[in-house]
Amino acid sequence: MLRIEALEKRYKTGDHALKGVSFTVQPGQVVGLIGPSGAGKSSLIRCINRLVEPTGGRIFLGDVDISAVSRSDLRKARRRIGMIFQEYALVERLTVMENVLSGRLGYVSFWRSLLRRFPQGDVDKAFALIERVGLSDHVDKRADALSGGQRQRVGIARALEQDPELLLIDEPTASLDPKTSRQIMRLICEICAERKLPAIINIHDVALAQMFVDRIIGLKAGEIVFDGHPSALTNDVLSRIYGDEDWNAQRKAQDEDAQDAAAVAAFEIDRARHLEQV
Amino acid sequence: MPVSHANGTAIWQHRTTSRQWLGFAGWLGLVALFVYCWQVMNQGTIWAFVADAPRQAGDLLTRALPPRWSYLERLWLPLWDTINMATLGTLLGIVVAIPVAFLAARNTTPSTAFVRPMALLIIVASRSINSLIWALILVTILGPGLLAGILAIALRSIGFIGKLLYEAIEEIDETQVEAVRATGAGAVQVMDYGIVPQILPAFLGMSVFRWDINIRESTILGLVGAGGIGLQLQSSLNVLAWSQVSVIFALVLCTVVISEWVSAKVRHAII
Amino acid sequence: MSAAVSISGRQWKRPPLFIHSRFWRIAIYGGALAYLVLAIGTLDINWTRVAEGLERSGRVLSGFFQPDFTSRSRDIWQGLVESLTMTLTATVVGVLISIPIGIGAARNVAPPIVYYVCRSIIAVSRAFQEIVVAILFVAMFGFGPFAGFLTLAFATIGFLSKLLAEDIEDIDEAQAEAIRATGASWLQLLNYGIQPQVMPRLIGLSVYRLDINFRESAVIGIVGAGGIGATLNTAMSRYDYDTAGAILVVIIALVMIAEYASSHIRKWVQ
Repeated sequence: MLRIEALEKRYKTGDHALKGVSFTVQPGQVVGLIGPSGAGKSSLIRCINRLVEPTGGRIFLGDVDISAVSRSDLRKARRRIGMIFQEYALVERLTVMENVLSGRLGYVSFWRSLLRRFPQGDVDKAFALIERVGLSDHVDKRADALSGGQRQRVGIARALEQDPELLLIDEPTASLDPKTSRQIMRLICEICAERKLPAIINIHDVALAQMFVDRIIGLKAGEIVFDGHPSALTNDVLSRIYGDEDWNAQRKAQDEDAQDAAAVAAFEIDRARHLEQV
Repeated sequence: MPVSHANGTAIWQHRTTSRQWLGFAGWLGLVALFVYCWQVMNQGTIWAFVADAPRQAGDLLTRALPPRWSYLERLWLPLWDTINMATLGTLLGIVVAIPVAFLAARNTTPSTAFVRPMALLIIVASRSINSLIWALILVTILGPGLLAGILAIALRSIGFIGKLLYEAIEEIDETQVEAVRATGAGAVQVMDYGIVPQILPAFLGMSVFRWDINIRESTILGLVGAGGIGLQLQSSLNVLAWSQVSVIFALVLCTVVISEWVSAKVRHAII
Repeated sequence: MSAAVSISGRQWKRPPLFIHSRFWRIAIYGGALAYLVLAIGTLDINWTRVAEGLERSGRVLSGFFQPDFTSRSRDIWQGLVESLTMTLTATVVGVLISIPIGIGAARNVAPPIVYYVCRSIIAVSRAFQEIVVAILFVAMFGFGPFAGFLTLAFATIGFLSKLLAEDIEDIDEAQAEAIRATGASWLQLLNYGIQPQVMPRLIGLSVYRLDINFRESAVIGIVGAGGIGATLNTAMSRYDYDTAGAILVVIIALVMIAEYASSHIRKWVQ
């Protein structure tokens, strides 16, 4: 369980990115974080694993106050939190396997990682994860030889290799085409459901978020302006989050993308059927 | 494949065993080569001298410090000569390098069979020989003095500017040249309107850059008799006047820093 | 047509290329011209000596065009071996020292104090050219290739650390951030997040520096730091132009081979 209390972030440049954000995420809950660019979404998820140092407030993962751990304990705290990045952020010149195993860096000693002698248990887990995300044929390919969707699958496997208690996901579909985006979102949500993993997904595509997540938090100028079920996300609420013009522009762009919309509809039917079977 | 199967579980290794050994052998070979070279190189080394080095260094420092600043007034004229040597040498080098570069570039050379290899040979020969060695040769031919220095700088600059310039010419956008040619322009006009505008900033940048390097190099050409401040350095070294040497080093350092600053400013303004 | 009439007769001049202010244009170009006149005017050239030299130059040049490899082959060989061995050892040692300094001089991985220390080391190493450093090392360590080795290693540090530091500062930060987020330690971050990104360039630069070090090894011999430059200097002072010609041919050939090989290796590691 993740509990965030009155989180503050003010950058040295004077930007007040987060103004007292508080919320709690239950186990297995997938939270979509939406809001216009500059609303503080990226700062928020980076504060949780302290890639960005928060300037105030507290972050509890289980019983540990992550915002208060020392530099040396930060390593232990970070390995409990898996992160999936926009543009994948794979180490491009390493192989798929090395990228996935890099998820264990917080656990193994420097010498083991230098010589690439990871414990067999870690390797077994990596094989299983690579199979789970459907990349068994690409174990020894270099990451820069993969397509966008495949790379993001490696990114997911790397995060899961950490045995995380929480997933932080930063714009996972920003550089993917609509079909691959939905596949990736579905994969993430399935895995979270399988493992009862809580996740925070920072996402700009509202329709995609509504399709998959359990709960949506709307962020505007560093403050929470909406927190609820995706179905409660009406046009009024969205206008409040994005501002009138921006929201209408975004919606218009979506309307024009008729093919995409049709595909979304088709997928929703598919998903409904899928859920019925489960 | 680094993935193998044993007892039903997949085992992953960073590299296959043979590649691992190959890499290991490669590193071992490098270490062996290094040790061998070290042995050969130090056959004539007298280790007592090396062990004595800290004392020598201390001795050197006490002689060099404080610098004899009064010597400075006898350095201004050599410094002026040094700067002239670098500047005139660079200009001369540029004048020769431009035609050589056009003859060497694949897209402007009149003949790839004969002229281009000749031009490339000029560039390679000029580049392989340091300006100090050029100066050494020229001093024996022309006698000590500034002329040898200027020519040495120029000879070295031909290769540097020639190479960068002919590469720049080969990389130009051919469609622009074609468009100019299509208007019915003659060969020189094509050069003026189609090629020169594309390479001019790069050319000026590399010229200023070479001038900066030449200032650096011209300060030491006097060591072999080619004039400038290096002559003072040589005569001070000969009489072990380290307090004068330190003044010269300080002046050289200032000159180099200033020329580097000027060159960076000018290149910034051009590009 | 009246419009055509008003258009004709208009003057067009090409706008000035670089300096737009008329005052500065005249001042700078005028100043440059004045400097040139002054510089050429103060050139003190002994033309009679030059004329004499040109007569002799036939003999010198004929020496260079008929290089004599045999009569002093032992000296040439020894100089060459000294040059090659000191090039290799100096490059290896220089690279090994450059790596930690380069990492320390990269703003995005090193703490500020380490950063400034490493940057100062680089600045000192780059301030003086090889010849000046060689003079000092020869004075301290005596004549011979050991001083040359130290000179080249010292120069390698300034060159390589600076470029390595710049490479590390230019890496894709997202990859490093992803590794940091897994809970990796600082060393693991270097090994997984940074090394894969800079390794090909590092190898390329090391090979390139090997090439430069060989060229420099031919020069620093002139001030007594061993190598083929010393052999060349001796030959010149003995007026043995045939041997000097042979040495120059050897240097040019080796530099060409080194440059060709190094460009191939650099392509291959990319």
